[in-house]
Amino acid sequence: MNINLTLFGQTISFFLFVWFCMKFVWPPIMQALEERKAKIADGLAAADRGKHEQELAEKRAKDLLVEAKREAAEIIANANKRANEIVEESKGDARTEGERIVVAARAEIDKERNQAREELRAQVVSLALAGAEKVLGREINATEHNDYLTKMSAQL
Amino acid sequence: MSDGETLTSSEYIRHHLQNLTYGQHADGSWGLAHNAEDLAEMGFWSINLDSMAFAIGLGLLFMWLFRKVAKSATADVPGGLQNFVEWVVEFIDDSVRGSFSGKNPLVAPLALTIFVWIALMNTMDLVPVDYLPFVAGQLGVGHLKIVPSTDPNVTFAMALSVFFLVLFYSVKMKGFGGFIGELTLHPFGKWGMPFNLFLEGVNLLSKPVSLALRLFGNMYAGEMIFILIALLPWYAQWTLSLPWAIFHILIVLLQAFIFMTLTIVYLDMAHHVEDHH
Repeated sequence: MNINLTLFGQTISFFLFVWFCMKFVWPPIMQALEERKAKIADGLAAADRGKHEQELAEKRAKDLLVEAKREAAEIIANANKRANEIVEESKGDARTEGERIVVAARAEIDKERNQAREELRAQVVSLALAGAEKVLGREINATEHNDYLTKMSAQL
Repeated sequence: MSDGETLTSSEYIRHHLQNLTYGQHADGSWGLAHNAEDLAEMGFWSINLDSMAFAIGLGLLFMWLFRKVAKSATADVPGGLQNFVEWVVEFIDDSVRGSFSGKNPLVAPLALTIFVWIALMNTMDLVPVDYLPFVAGQLGVGHLKIVPSTDPNVTFAMALSVFFLVLFYSVKMKGFGGFIGELTLHPFGKWGMPFNLFLEGVNLLSKPVSLALRLFGNMYAGEMIFILIALLPWYAQWTLSLPWAIFHILIVLLQAFIFMTLTIVYLDMAHHVEDHH
């Protein structure tokens, strides 16, 4: 309980501790705290900015979506129109082609009919000749009567 | 009480209240004080080894811990220890900003040192009163007080240091004349100079005395009650020591806080140049 040299010893150590604290403890910690404060403020500002940007982006996205929908509708309308056109064109083409086929077929038929007629004519001529031969009882010289025969077959 | 057979209650109490003091005996030889008579013979030129060792040890613990954090302190996400240290530092910083209006880079670290060091010294009070003295006794050390703030030397050393800083900054900020003027020219003007000086002198001197005695008194009383509780039978001690220890946690921190706050306030007064007088 008595006062003694401990008083001085304590005073010296007290000032040494205070000095150490002032020199090596307080400034770095305060600096870290200040830095963190600045960092948090920056972070909050960045978050605000990000939020704002997101709002803008959302707005832009909405606009783009509307535009895209409009364009899509336009494209679909165009496509429908084009499809109708193609159908019409095809119909036209088909009709033309059909007609062409019919014409060709008709021409073929005519051609074949003519051919058949020619064959028939030739056979009739030869039959007539054969009949005439029998009737006349003698051979007709085909070369001598060729002109007459040709005339006759053309009349058939 | 472990060695209650060989000690009476008053001897036990006195034993617990004596520091481990090194000094010169009456016969001229140097050594440890064994009883109150030795202490009286040694007088001022002796030193309390236990107070010094525990105070400096706790101070070093504080410095080591805070320096460790200060070295690795970053603005990134703090770890547990850094978080705690930052919490303490911010608490001190807030107190200083709240009470200290001047600009002085010494005040905040001073407040931090005072708060943490005193809190640590006071916390030693929560160590059961017989643990360390018993171990010391087994090692042949007769006396051991482990709570440095129950030693008036320690509290007065801090209070006088603060008082010295108050005087230093009073003179530095107000000039020698200004400081003398503050002590002598009010409250009663220049015709009441002696009376003014007496009032202001008492006012000034009461600061370190009250600072030291408040802390010493609280901790000494707290320690005394722990010692008295330790006189109960061992199975009954917890009924009183537990509530008292829980209550004492409050006192430990409160006394450190009061010492720190008053230091800040006194230094603020020292920096405050009053111009309306």
